[in-house]
Amino acid sequence: MKNIIISDPTLRDGNHAIRHQLSKEQVALYCKAADKARIPVIEVGHGNGLGASSIQVGICKETDFDLLTTARENLSTSKLGIHVIPGFATINKDIKMAMDIGVDVFRIACHCTEADVTRNHISYVREKGKEVYGVLMMSHMASVEVLVEEAKKMETYGAEAIVIMDSAGAYFPKDVAERIKALTSALKIRVGFHGHNNLGMAVINSVVAVENGATILDACARGFGAGAGNTQLEVLVPVLEREGYSTGIDLYSVLDAADIAEKYLMKEVPSIQSTSIVSGIAGVFSGFSKPVERLAKEYNVDPRDIFFKLGERKVVAGQEDVIVEVAIELARLNGTTK
Amino acid sequence: MKILRSDLMECSIFIGRNLSSPGMKKANSHNVTISDQGIDAIISNPKICDLVFDATTAASHNIHAPIFRELGIKAIDMTPSQFGKICVPAINGKECLKFDNINMITCGGQASTPLAYALMKNVPDIEYIETVSSIASRSAGPGTRANIDEYIENTEKGISELTGCKHVKAILNLNPAIPCIDMQTTVFAKVKDCDAKKLEFPIREMEERIQKYVPGYKIVVPPVFENGRIMVMVRVQGLGDYLPKYAGNLDIINCAAISMAEEYAKLSIGVN
Repeated sequence: MKNIIISDPTLRDGNHAIRHQLSKEQVALYCKAADKARIPVIEVGHGNGLGASSIQVGICKETDFDLLTTARENLSTSKLGIHVIPGFATINKDIKMAMDIGVDVFRIACHCTEADVTRNHISYVREKGKEVYGVLMMSHMASVEVLVEEAKKMETYGAEAIVIMDSAGAYFPKDVAERIKALTSALKIRVGFHGHNNLGMAVINSVVAVENGATILDACARGFGAGAGNTQLEVLVPVLEREGYSTGIDLYSVLDAADIAEKYLMKEVPSIQSTSIVSGIAGVFSGFSKPVERLAKEYNVDPRDIFFKLGERKVVAGQEDVIVEVAIELARLNGTTK
Repeated sequence: MKILRSDLMECSIFIGRNLSSPGMKKANSHNVTISDQGIDAIISNPKICDLVFDATTAASHNIHAPIFRELGIKAIDMTPSQFGKICVPAINGKECLKFDNINMITCGGQASTPLAYALMKNVPDIEYIETVSSIASRSAGPGTRANIDEYIENTEKGISELTGCKHVKAILNLNPAIPCIDMQTTVFAKVKDCDAKKLEFPIREMEERIQKYVPGYKIVVPPVFENGRIMVMVRVQGLGDYLPKYAGNLDIINCAAISMAEEYAKLSIGVN
């Protein structure tokens, strides 16, 4: 039976859904439950990862240090993972601290066409003997050829796995199949997939990913994550088992963990809301949905118009400031200035 | 090209590592002396120049800087080495002329620091300043990409030193969209309350001051206050001399460096 590594970013991607307000207590609760379910990797932090607490993306309720030390204290079998975007986090300020705290898996991420900004960070982590993945975000914005080329760069820097993210939930199963197939045949290292559910495809896309050779899947309890949410963990696990893959995760315990997540982490369970559908169609980063909602109200414009405009401008994750610019522009065009 | 256009300077040598690089060929086509000997081209002929623009890397500049000092050559450092006096012409250009090595921070630093400075001067109780720059992928060369951490550290240091704000954060995004995006920089300031209307004039004034040396510097979102933050956004287009217009990030730091070099030149020939 083929073994699939499940990496669970509930406590990182979920932060997008609640404006990065997860508390230490919530982290401790979920970590205990996830550890009990033997989920291999638990990712923790601000929605955009290490060093990303900012006015631009959102100020975290807790510091990276507090989030990670809390998680560390509450995990015994599960590994502790983090998301790191060069441009937000630096080696000196952030990665060294995370190493001191005892993070096990460093997922060094960048926009899907910019792999060379991850070189120093990936090689640094590798030299220090920690597990390091390369993560290509917003991967629907690159062609298959470019994606393979960028993934290969990360492999040469020392990445031990490549995860492609469908950050806008824009993929259809055939897109995932094509990309994962190309990546697994071009790379010697593991390949993973991170789905979002904007168009209702997260679980099926994940299954298609493993059918095409992926061996790492990201999934969140109740799908707790940006926009319409991520691949739903407690659905994915039994689906994979039924398809003949093994995850090593205990079914009842993962269902319990999901119940705990619903009860203690989220104000509402993620669902495919109208703005998320538009974000998926427009191919815009799911993490933009909270700021878009807020600014649409503030400037009295239609959030769907904002998403389509952002899509036209091909903004990438991290360009939240452009939402304000677009909202102001739309308000001016509509004659509804603040 | 900007040096060639200046009445106050002469480009005596263009130094690199590879005679067949596009920049080298371009310099050669304008009849500028070229060399592929790196720093040795200056060590073996110290009289070749009075001032050098060092656009290598932070690590290389740390090696070069003491050599320039010993040879009595002024240095304008375009790398994020943090070696010399931090300089933004619109803020401390005059003061910098006393120093023989000045650091031009980063492209984002040149774009954001003047706005942060204007906000700090006009709003009491700013607790925190943050700046985000987004640049076209094609305008970010291997140097920028390899030095992304240094970019952040140097931009934060530059803003903090020149504005006096202790708590500063810098973020950099690369955007691969085609057609390429113009450089865009946003400055946020965290404050409890603020009348953004009152900031329009000082920000315009700063914009005009910068436009004197960077003509493509344009405020696209004037100061707005929402959600406990002031935000102002600028777009920077280049002159399109050698690099394309969208590469405002490269142009702004070059223009700032040229304007400082001209000030040094004026000082040495006694022009006011």
